[in-house]
Amino acid sequence: MSDAEIGRALTDRAYSQHRRPPRKRGRGTTFRKPSAIPGFGAALGFTWLYLAVVILVPLGAVVLWTGSLGPERLWQIASDARVGHALRLSFGLSLAAAAVNAVFGLIVAWALTRYDFPGRRLIDAAVDLPFALPTAVAGIALASIYAPNGWVGSIIPFKVAFTPAGIFVALVFIGLPFIVRTLQPVLADLDREVEEAAATLGASRAWALLKVVLPTLLPALLTGFALAFARAVGEYGSVIFIAGNIPYVSEIAPLLIVMRLEEFDYGSATAVATIMLALSFAILLFVNLVEAWSRKRLGHGR
Amino acid sequence: MELKIRHVSKDYGTFAALHDVSLDIRSGELVALLGPSGSGKTTLLRAIAGLETIDEGQIFFGGTDASRTSIQQRNVGFVFQHYALFRHMKVADNIAFGLRARDRSRRPHESEIARKVKELLELVQLPELGDRYPAQLSGGQRQRVALARALAIEPQVLLLDEPFGALDAQVRKDLRRWLRAIHEETGHTTVFVTHDQEEALELADRVAVLSKGELQQIGTPDDIYDRPATPFVYAFIGDSSFLPIEVRGGEAVLDRSVLPLGQLSAPDGQARLHVRPQDVVLRPTGEGVSGRVTLLRRTGAFRRADIEVGDARRRIEAQLPPELAITEGDEVGLHFNRFAVFPSDAPHSTAPN
Ligand SMILES: Nc1ncnc2c1ncn2[C@@H]1O[C@H](COP(=O)(O)OP(=O)(O)OP(=O)(O)O)[C@@H](O)[C@H]1O
Ligand SMILES: [Mg+2]
Repeated sequence: MSDAEIGRALTDRAYSQHRRPPRKRGRGTTFRKPSAIPGFGAALGFTWLYLAVVILVPLGAVVLWTGSLGPERLWQIASDARVGHALRLSFGLSLAAAAVNAVFGLIVAWALTRYDFPGRRLIDAAVDLPFALPTAVAGIALASIYAPNGWVGSIIPFKVAFTPAGIFVALVFIGLPFIVRTLQPVLADLDREVEEAAATLGASRAWALLKVVLPTLLPALLTGFALAFARAVGEYGSVIFIAGNIPYVSEIAPLLIVMRLEEFDYGSATAVATIMLALSFAILLFVNLVEAWSRKRLGHGR
Repeated sequence: MELKIRHVSKDYGTFAALHDVSLDIRSGELVALLGPSGSGKTTLLRAIAGLETIDEGQIFFGGTDASRTSIQQRNVGFVFQHYALFRHMKVADNIAFGLRARDRSRRPHESEIARKVKELLELVQLPELGDRYPAQLSGGQRQRVALARALAIEPQVLLLDEPFGALDAQVRKDLRRWLRAIHEETGHTTVFVTHDQEEALELADRVAVLSKGELQQIGTPDDIYDRPATPFVYAFIGDSSFLPIEVRGGEAVLDRSVLPLGQLSAPDGQARLHVRPQDVVLRPTGEGVSGRVTLLRRTGAFRRADIEVGDARRRIEAQLPPELAITEGDEVGLHFNRFAVFPSDAPHSTAPN
């Protein structure tokens, strides 16, 4: 899938999730009751087949290779200070970037859906650019702009490029479209009358936004957050140009994996990959659970 | 709280959604805004609530000009046609919303809020459903929750936009009676929008009829039905037909027949005579206006006849007792027990349907 296609798929996902009726999860229920309309069996079978071929087999292979290293070697790699630092950097900055994007992406999406202003379509189209641009191009552009003698770098009083701050900038850049594109359809669908109802009941604008609008957006916001985070954790191309890649300072985990591969140290590479996989999975699962909980409350009626 | 609407106009671009509407609503009154689709009912209701800005005129809540105050300050209870409940909140939290949204100094204690919510749930006859989410309620139940939520803030004025619009006929009837009872109990000044004339006439103390953004008439159901002020009201409320006539010296002239106008007054010239089916009485040929029965059909307790009248063969409807011995094709004379005459060029002489 090209990045633009991913964008479209995201929008679809946000739509379909928005419309999905709440899951009724009784005690001990493990299987959602299939609908009376045929197609459940075929859809489920295809889903498993597709997931197996595209995701489970490659990921399983990574885990298997790692398993063949043995627990001692694995522990040795995991507790290595340089690996630990790279992992902390990758995950910490990815979470921070996704969080910042969640706030500003929400504002951008709000402005784009709620207001009409000159240049709105242009900005709307520009939001997708981080998807479309080859990541290396983005990285080089950001690095030259934020370099100490670059346009932005020369204004900012502290060093951005070639420090963790630079990585953060790159991760924010590539993550923005995920938030904006998942929120836009939900925002467009928001019932204005609900906000008006809040106002007639005496709620200030701020209170209405906090208590009425934000909870409605929460599931989509969390979806966007999870996607932006996942993308940031795996990001390589745009980061390595601006990061400086100084061990123990600005070296990200994906770079460490590539370096190990170049040294033909496949064991270490897969071990780091597996740790990243496990951490990402745990975080995404958590976000998904929160999302499911917040979505369940929304129900499907008005 | 008494409500005064003075010369209110509202345009959307070049289109006048409201044009010079003036209307007084007394304290504790239940008033219906009635009119066909697109006549500006919702716009007027939203203007009262402050949800819509107005281009001209003023709206007074009691003595104070509300035109320039914010939605929040007006303290109106607004019930939206599609309820606009907060989906992520339980019914009880929906009802409590207005109380919790107040700033600290005016916010009641949580125990007080809980007591109030319970009381309102009982008022709207849903005492068991406080813990449900709106998605788990039927349409009629949601409507009641929306009303309870609006009542919770003890509004100065209660505004309802087609409160029963989305419900089936039986539920509508029940809720109608119930809303009247609630009105009697709480005594709020209430304005509700409807395009169902039966609902308006049955429920309201007074009915305001709107057409194309202009107020046609405001009056009691009897006024509206028996003494329509404009041809539009005559045609819109109940069934009626009209005949083109000429007014000459205080009399209506139709071909060779002359009808005394009595207390009705109309300037000389072309005019229209409006008459309801039940006010048409058949006489032997030669008496009154001449006509020919073209169609007879049974409707419930009565018979409906289409009668072609005069040289122009205008068709009017008559409601006849079923035992009357006539057949299609009969020549008859017609007498009108009651009718109205409006000049042809009267404003809004274009009747619906
Ligand atoms: N935002 C708007 N922009 C342009 N025209 C509008 C807007 N809102 C309403 N109108 C027009 O104003 C007129 C009055 O609308 P309004 O909603 O008050 O009608 P209504 O009497 O409530 O009709 P209904 O019974 O169908 O709800 C309509 O002709 C409508 O097309
Ligand atoms: Mg309306």
